[in-house]
Amino acid sequence: MLTVTGLTKRFGGFTALNDVSFEVGEGEILGLIGPNGSGKTTAFNCISGALAPTAGSIRFLGKELAGVTPDVVCHRGLARTFQIPRPFRKLSILENVAVAAHYGTDRAGSEASARVRATKILEMVGLPADPAAPTTLLGAGGLKKLELARALATGPRLLLADESLGGLDPAEMATAADMLRRVRGELGVTIVWVEHIMATLTRVVDRVVVLDHGEKIAEGRPLDVAADPRVIEAYLGEPIVLT
Amino acid sequence: MSPGRLLALAVLVALAAAPFVPMGGMRQYVLHVVIQIFIWSFIGQAWSLMGRFGLVSLGHGAFLGVGAYTTTLLWNFYGLTPWLGVVAAVLLAMLLAFVVAYPCSRFGITGHYFALVTLAVGEVIRLLLIAERDWTGGSLGVTLRAPGSDASLLAIQYADKRVFYYGGLALWLAGLWVWARVDRSMARSAMEAIGEDETAAASVGIHVTRFKLGITMLSAGLTAIGGVAYAQYIAYVNPETLAGIGVSLRIVFAVVLGGMYVLLGPTVGTALTIALSEYLRVVFGVKFIGMAETIYGLLLVIFIIFLPAGIYGSVAALLRRRRVPAAAPA
Repeated sequence: MLTVTGLTKRFGGFTALNDVSFEVGEGEILGLIGPNGSGKTTAFNCISGALAPTAGSIRFLGKELAGVTPDVVCHRGLARTFQIPRPFRKLSILENVAVAAHYGTDRAGSEASARVRATKILEMVGLPADPAAPTTLLGAGGLKKLELARALATGPRLLLADESLGGLDPAEMATAADMLRRVRGELGVTIVWVEHIMATLTRVVDRVVVLDHGEKIAEGRPLDVAADPRVIEAYLGEPIVLT
Repeated sequence: MSPGRLLALAVLVALAAAPFVPMGGMRQYVLHVVIQIFIWSFIGQAWSLMGRFGLVSLGHGAFLGVGAYTTTLLWNFYGLTPWLGVVAAVLLAMLLAFVVAYPCSRFGITGHYFALVTLAVGEVIRLLLIAERDWTGGSLGVTLRAPGSDASLLAIQYADKRVFYYGGLALWLAGLWVWARVDRSMARSAMEAIGEDETAAASVGIHVTRFKLGITMLSAGLTAIGGVAYAQYIAYVNPETLAGIGVSLRIVFAVVLGGMYVLLGPTVGTALTIALSEYLRVVFGVKFIGMAETIYGLLLVIFIIFLPAGIYGSVAALLRRRRVPAAAPA
């Protein structure tokens, strides 16, 4: 459903992504992993329209996405979360999600129906749907949930989840991993999950793509990839050779 | 009927009856002050439609000036009734708003930088009005060409102030209605989201540029209507009172004073500033030129520091807080 071909992004002389290609199938949960600075978030921003790629193509549901603005990307059925949650603080929890439900799709219904959908999604992720509850009630875990709820409210076919578990304790991480599985199971949403904690990810994803220094170094089933010497090297650093 | 609605109805009835209450020899003066409050409150409401979402314009005088001069010049030179002139005025003001706001939104000019751009636009319009003296009368301004009679619907000129009183009242109510409509819509949530975080807003499908342009053009169009109303009432237009920094800042000050996030904030702020300036005018007369402005400026600084939600905004928030515990047990 998503085909990335030869994706390249340069910032001046720095190449953040170099000729990266991968595919995401319908109903799949794909893990996109790599150490810090490997280009995960850049890839993510190119796909979601926040950055225009230098070269390469991104095809989603048969249409080109490269260079399309973020709001259009969202209308085409591709939603994203942010690595650091970016709630709208002046809006209540419900309004945060309702505004996404209302403007996230092309076929906008009534404002009341957007609120109903927002309430359902808040229930699903386990947040209060009280229209007056402010976002200041939420801690780190709650804000991650709100971030997810807001993205899901736009009715996506594919969700790009950016390091959605960073900053959570192990118990919260396990709950969040279950949540992503439920998102796929109940809403039928395909997921690309960007994460650098490999252990949590391997239990949920079907397949992983590993980036390092802007290049794809491995792709496959989680356990195979975890055993790949190049991946181990990327994560643990190159062996020190004494001369 | 709730107590709030009852109170609103009582205020409306009082306002409607006010011109017929005996006031000794003061009637003309009181009407004059209240008409100004209506018109400038309407303009303040138009400004706050943008201001409350972080689109701070320091150049709304540009839209006032475009509005007022458009109808005035069309009437003076071509005899076009202001009823039609106002359509041209609104369209021109919206066009100007588009020309200013589109590049700003496209190239991410926000916050202080946006305020500076609008400040410049206000001055450009003022200078243009002064420079085009053959048409606009330059810095001396223009008097609206008088119609044949004391009361002309076609020219919207009346010797009887009560006509403008009711016109101003209707305008003010219409402004409140627009403000409340925007406040209750989902578009308000979208604008709040854009005001806080444009990237996040775009990521949930909100077309940032379209919304910013929409609210800016709405605000500009309404401001132009306010400019037309003021020109028709005073029957004289002048670049200093209807364009440039002075009038632009006075609009901002009134709204900040009253509170830009509440329905009646602009009205309360405008009423207070007009009352203050009338009072200072009576007290100082022409003795201390600039005294009124100095006191204005001082108050503005004090308010921005200590009451950022404005007088009415702060009072409303206080009342809400006191009411909440009483309602909570239910």
